[in-house]
Amino acid sequence: MLVLEKNAMTDEIESFVDKFGNDRSSLLPILQEIQKKHKHIPDYAQQEIARLLDIHPVEVYSVISFYSFLNTKPKGRNIVRLCQTITCDLAGKKSVANAIERELGIKFGETTKDNKFTLEYVNCLGMCDQGPALLINERVYPKVNPEKAVQILNEVK
Amino acid sequence: MEKKNRKGAVLFSEYKKGEGIKKAITVSRENILFEIRESKLKGRGGAGFPTATKWTLVSAASSEEKYVICNADEGEPGTFKDRVLLLEYPELVFDGMVIAGYVLGAKIGILYLRGEYEYMKKPLEDYLESMRKDNLLGKNILGKKGFDFDVIIRMGSGAYVCGEETALIESLEGNRGEARNRPPFPVTTGFLGKPTTVNNVETLASVAHIVIKGGEWFRKYGTDKSTGSKLLSVSGDCEKPGVYELPWGTKISELLKLVGAKDTKAVQIGGASGVCIPKSQFERTLAYEDLPTGGSIIIFNEKRNMLHVLKNFMEFFVEESCGQCTPCRIGNVKLLEGVEMIEKSKYTFSYINQLKELGRSMQVASKCGLGQSSPNSFISILENFKEEVFSSNGGNNGK
Repeated sequence: MLVLEKNAMTDEIESFVDKFGNDRSSLLPILQEIQKKHKHIPDYAQQEIARLLDIHPVEVYSVISFYSFLNTKPKGRNIVRLCQTITCDLAGKKSVANAIERELGIKFGETTKDNKFTLEYVNCLGMCDQGPALLINERVYPKVNPEKAVQILNEVK
Repeated sequence: MEKKNRKGAVLFSEYKKGEGIKKAITVSRENILFEIRESKLKGRGGAGFPTATKWTLVSAASSEEKYVICNADEGEPGTFKDRVLLLEYPELVFDGMVIAGYVLGAKIGILYLRGEYEYMKKPLEDYLESMRKDNLLGKNILGKKGFDFDVIIRMGSGAYVCGEETALIESLEGNRGEARNRPPFPVTTGFLGKPTTVNNVETLASVAHIVIKGGEWFRKYGTDKSTGSKLLSVSGDCEKPGVYELPWGTKISELLKLVGAKDTKAVQIGGASGVCIPKSQFERTLAYEDLPTGGSIIIFNEKRNMLHVLKNFMEFFVEESCGQCTPCRIGNVKLLEGVEMIEKSKYTFSYINQLKELGRSMQVASKCGLGQSSPNSFISILENFKEEVFSSNGGNNGK
């Protein structure tokens, strides 16, 4: 990380600490904001958050590693999550997954070379009445089929 | 299903924004607690703890600071009623929270919304802002001196176990979402060590109606031990999936007819952590005393492979176990291994019986509800669908 990038990251974290407060209970909201913007929480950010909240960096890491929507390694610009739980599974999850994998040329768990997409499975999205369901970043797409799923991906920038 | 097509005698009956709060501030706290006790309302998240008992304990705790937490970490496979309540009936949920604040003497309410529902955060925040404008939130609510209450929204980050109340509190405090030892219970030692009530979205929505119409009215619906109605999230093999409001005591067969389910072989009651029942038990009823449920109903028709269903559930638990206690962390992996062995026809019946025994140990020895209930589907599917799993195809499942 360049010094300039480090400084920018520190400023950003300081602004979140101002917004949410510097007690331990602000940890998750701060991590969520960093995750949303950078698609991961780099080592340097973890150290700065720890310093500003006055906790050990390992505490920050332990929290990140617990939650499936937080990660320390970079991911693609768009995170595509396909629901794998029972009703979406029965409604044809597998064929949607196959179509997406063929189209992007990667498997679930991987990121495309241009860094545009990361593919992941997710547990129940709460869209069981309208499965199979797809979550791209924060937006949910109900009732997808192989063709529609690929079309949705093509529309994502 | 659209909102205008939803019908129900209790939760979906008519209600105007702020109505419950207006009524609540004209009567005493004891009075509201009395009505809730009369209604015999039990927690709608699945555990079924009497709401009045929980609130009485929190209101009796002597502390300046208390918290009202609305548990919207709706992660149980097959459940989506909280999504519908929050998006289409936010007035019920937030009025319920404000009423809780009034009864318990809390000033802060926290809506813990699951990370997957991030897209709902903006509309909900807009709604809270409109409540602040109407003076339904903020200082001296509706002119009642000293009645201050506000609601903040906090997001989860994709962890099923955070639906367990003590894990949820850990998560709010900025920790890993690992369940706490109990006692002490959250009613005395909850968020930041203060007395806290954690209630399901649907429970709070019920409270808003009870305040208006009274406990006796609520008790008219349902059975003696399970009063009122239940929102059921129906999915799977049926013509009309969606959220239905039905009184407790409804038979499974009646429900199946209503949602247009044909050739039904099995119904999973209560999601992955619930039980799976075969056709011969469709005359049983949905009730705390018979088949309790947090609302998830998943329907499987004759074409479905029950071992495949079970495998999906066990994979879910292996992923979602927080790993804190051994019975759950290792037990779920062992049960999944067992399912894979059955799939490959590499099992003995003494091995299967040992696994069922392991499941029963997990039900007793796990620290929180996740591990205590995860063996339910394993045991019920292998008991109720023996014939299909072990005998058909000459015992070669899936081949």
